[in-house]
Amino acid sequence: MKIKIGVGILVFFALMALVGPLLIGADPAATSDDGLQGPSAAHWLGTTQTGQDILTQIVYGARISMGVGLLSAVIATVLAVAVGLVGGYFGGAIDETFSVLTNIFLVLPSLPLIIVLAGYLPQRGVASVAVVIAVTGWAWGARVLRAQTLSVRRRDFVAAARAGGEGPLRIIFFEILPVLLPVIATSFLATVVGAILAEAGLSFLGLADLSTVSWGSMLYFAQNGQALLIGAWWWFIPPGLCIALIGTGLALVNFGIDEIANPRLRTIKVRKARA
Amino acid sequence: MRFLARRLGFYLLTAWAAVTLNFLIPRLMPGDPVELLVARMRDNVDPAAIDAMRRAFGISDASLWQQYLDYLGNLAHGELGRSITFFPTEVSTVIADSLPWTVGLVGVATLISYLVGTSLGVLMAWKRGTWLDGVLPAATFMHAVPYFWVALALVFVFGVTLQWFPVSRAYGLEVVPGFTGEFAASVLYHATLPAVTIVVASMADRILGMRNVMVTTLGEDYVVMAEAKGLTSRRVMWAYAARNAILPNITSFALSLGFVVGGSVLTEIVFSYPGIGSMLLKGVENEDFPLMQGIFLVISLAVLVANFLADLAYVVLDPRTRQEAQ
Amino acid sequence: MNVLEIRELSVDYQSGSGAVHAVSDVSLDLRRGEILGLAGESGSGKSTLANAVARLLRPPAAITSGSVVYHRRDGEPVDVLGLGRGELRAFRWKELAVVFQSAMNALNPVSTIGDQIDDVLRIHAPRMSRKERVERTVELLRRVGIGADRRRGYPHELSGGMRQRAAIAIALALNPEIIIMDEPTTALDVVVQREILHEIRTLREEYGFAVVFITHDLSLLMEISDRIAIMYAGRVVETGSAKALHKAPSHPYTLGLLRSFPRLHGPREELLGIPGTPPDLRSPPPGCAFHPRCRFAMDACSLRRPELVPGAEGQVACLLNDDKGVRQ
Repeated sequence: MKIKIGVGILVFFALMALVGPLLIGADPAATSDDGLQGPSAAHWLGTTQTGQDILTQIVYGARISMGVGLLSAVIATVLAVAVGLVGGYFGGAIDETFSVLTNIFLVLPSLPLIIVLAGYLPQRGVASVAVVIAVTGWAWGARVLRAQTLSVRRRDFVAAARAGGEGPLRIIFFEILPVLLPVIATSFLATVVGAILAEAGLSFLGLADLSTVSWGSMLYFAQNGQALLIGAWWWFIPPGLCIALIGTGLALVNFGIDEIANPRLRTIKVRKARA
Repeated sequence: MRFLARRLGFYLLTAWAAVTLNFLIPRLMPGDPVELLVARMRDNVDPAAIDAMRRAFGISDASLWQQYLDYLGNLAHGELGRSITFFPTEVSTVIADSLPWTVGLVGVATLISYLVGTSLGVLMAWKRGTWLDGVLPAATFMHAVPYFWVALALVFVFGVTLQWFPVSRAYGLEVVPGFTGEFAASVLYHATLPAVTIVVASMADRILGMRNVMVTTLGEDYVVMAEAKGLTSRRVMWAYAARNAILPNITSFALSLGFVVGGSVLTEIVFSYPGIGSMLLKGVENEDFPLMQGIFLVISLAVLVANFLADLAYVVLDPRTRQEAQ
Repeated sequence: MNVLEIRELSVDYQSGSGAVHAVSDVSLDLRRGEILGLAGESGSGKSTLANAVARLLRPPAAITSGSVVYHRRDGEPVDVLGLGRGELRAFRWKELAVVFQSAMNALNPVSTIGDQIDDVLRIHAPRMSRKERVERTVELLRRVGIGADRRRGYPHELSGGMRQRAAIAIALALNPEIIIMDEPTTALDVVVQREILHEIRTLREEYGFAVVFITHDLSLLMEISDRIAIMYAGRVVETGSAKALHKAPSHPYTLGLLRSFPRLHGPREELLGIPGTPPDLRSPPPGCAFHPRCRFAMDACSLRRPELVPGAEGQVACLLNDDKGVRQ
C-alpha cells in the first residue's frame, strides 16, 4: 500500500519531467504582460511578476530539480558503496580510516559546507552543483553499507568464494554487492531526498544556476519578487509542495522496501545506531 | 570514562578535519579567490583590503606546509581574518555579534522540537491503531518539506495575511537593546515565527524516529513485565518503554543536528534574522571568503559541541556505557 | 482448594490467512500452594495460555471464549477475564506474579534492581515509607541469595543466574498467591538451574504460593512439580501427578516426551523420541492433532478428536484410553 502510493507519486513526477515539457511546449522563461495573475483558465497556477506561467515553470523545473537530485545521488551512492563495502570487507586499517572519514562527514553540517563550496565555484552549473552536493552527502549511505557488509562478509558464500580463489574486489562487487542491493536502493532513495532538498536550498539562496528554472530558483525569485508581501501564494506554494511530495513518495517507497526486503532491517539499524 | 574519552578524541579529530578542510578549500577549488576578488574590485581597489585578504587566506609564496602552520597559528589566537563585507571589522567580531542570536534561536527551537517530537513519537507508538496513526502520513510529508518553504508559508499566513507576528529582524526598531522586559518581549515576539519554522520542519524526524524505535521496544520482555507488575500505563510507557527507546534516538538526533543547523541557516535568511546564517549568505553574496569560512568553522565546531552534549546525555541515561568505562 | 480455575479457554491469533487456534478449549485447575508443571514443544500454546491467564496477550492474540476464575484466600471468586483496568492492575503482582523466560530481557536494562522492586511496592503498597520499602527490598534480595549492595546494581552487572534470582525476588515482592514461571531456567547452565529450582521449592514452602511452571523439559518438571499438564497443539492432552506421569504415561505424546533424550540446557531443536514436527495450527490435522506423528495411531484417530477424560490417574485425551479404543 505504502509502496504503491509512493511509486504513484514518483511516476507522476517522472512523467512530468520527461513528457511534461513536450506537452506544454512553451518556454518557461517567456514573459508576458499578465504579471502576478492568480490561477485561471489561461494560467492554471497563475503567473509570476514578469508574467511567466508558473505551471510551465513547475514542469520544466522538475527536470532540473530531479535531475540534480538523481545525478548527485548517483555520485554519492557510488562513493558510499566504494567506501562502505571496501572498508567493511577489508577491515583493519583501511576500515578504520574509512570509518573515521565517514563519521567526520556525517557530523559536519553539510548545507553550510555546500554553501561555502558553492561560494568558491567559478561557475555554478547543474553538474558542479550536483558534485558539490554529492561530496557532502555520501556518508550516511557509507555508514549503513559498512555495517551491512560486516555481517554479510561472515556468511558462507563469501568464505566459499574466497576459498575458490576469487580476488577481493571481485568478491566485493560480484558476491557482496548484489546481496546488498535492497540496502543500496534505500540509501540511494534517501540520498535523492537530501540532494533535492540541498539543491532547492542552494537555488533558493541564489547560489545555483539562476538562468535555469528549478523549483528552488522559483522560490528564490518568489522571495525576491516579494511574492509574500503581494499575497501571490500561487507563486511559492507549488514549488515547495512538489519538493515535499517527491520526498514523501521516496520515503514511502523506502519504508516499503524496508519492510519487504528485510523485516528485521529496522531493528538492525537501531542496534547499529546505538553502537 | 572510556566511552566519553573515545568520543572526545573523535570530535577533536573531526574539528581538526574541519579546520584543515577550511584551509584546503580555497586552495583546491578552481581559481584563485584573491585574484577573483581583486578582479571584481578593480574599480575600487583598496590595497588594505587586498592585503587583509591575502593574510586571511595565508596565501603567499611560502610553502603549503608553512602556510598551513601560519593558518593554525592564527586560528589558535582566534584570528579569522578581516571581513570584506564589513571591512575592516574582524571576522571573529562579526561572528561574535551574530552567534548568540543563532544559538538562542536554534537551541531553544531544537530543544522544543526534540521534546515535543519525542513525546509525540512515544504516544503514537503507544496508541497504535487509534486516530493518532493519522499523524504518520503528515509526518512523512513534513519530513521532506524544506525549512525555508515552511518559513515562507508562515510568513505569508501569520506575518502578511493575519499580521500577528513580525516577519523580519530579531527585535523591534523602537526598542533599545538591554536587560529590559520590553526588549525581552520584543525578542521573543520576533523569534516566534522563525522558531516555529524550525520546530515544525525538524519535528517530523523526531516523531518518526522515536515512534519506530518505540514500536520495537514495546515488544521487549521488560515492557510486558512492567505491565504484568500492575504499574500504571503512564509508568510503563515512560519509565520502561520510552526510557529505553530514547537511547538509540539520541544518537540519530545528534547526527541530524547538522541538518537542523543547515535548515536554520535558510530560516534565518527568510526572516532576515541577524544570526550567522544570514551572515553566511552575506559572505557568499559579497564573495567575502574569510567571513564564509569563519562561519563554516564556527558552525562545525558548534555542531561538534552539541554532539558531545548528546553523548553526555547518553552516558547519563544508559548505565551500560558507564560500566564500559571501568 | 483451587486457587485458579481455567475453563474451556480458547485463544486465537488473527492473521491474514485466517485464525490460528493457539489455545483450544483448555480447562485446568491450580491448587493452592502446588507446583503445576506445564509441558509441551514450542508452539504448543503453553506460554500463550500463561499470558492469557495473566491478561498479557497482545493483539493479534485474543481470548475467544472460556473463563478464568481466581479464588482469594478468603474464598471469594474473582472473574479474571472480567476485571476492569484498575482491578486488573491490583490483581497483577498482588495476586499473580510472572517470572519471564529470560531475565536479561525481562529486567529493565536502564534501572537498578532495587528500583525495579521499589516501583512495585510504591504502586501497590502506597502506605509503606521509603525506609520500609528499602528494608523490604533488601530482605527480598537476601531471600533469593543476592547481597544487599546489589540493590544499586544494574541488570547487566549481574550474572545470568543472579538476574533470574532478581526476577524471582521481584515476583515475591507482594507475596502473591500465584507465580507463573515461563521457562525460568532455560537460559541457565545446569548447576545454576539446580540452584534456582531448589530455591523456588524452598520459597514455596516458606511463602505458600502456587506455581505454574512452564518448560519444554519434561524431565525437569518431573523433579519440581506436584502435578503436570501436557499440551499439544493448543490442547491439554494429559494431566496427572508427576509421579504417575513418570511411572505410567497414558498419552503416546507424553511417552515420547519422556523418551526424548533430555538436553541439559538450551532450547531443544527436535524431540528425538517423536518423529516429525508440531502441526501448523492454521490447519491442524483432523481428529487427534497428534495422530500423524503417533506410533500407535489407528484409523479412528484421524476421524474423531478424543476428549480429555479421567484416566487411571489424572486425565488423558487419547482414543487408546477411550472405552471405544483399544488399550495396548
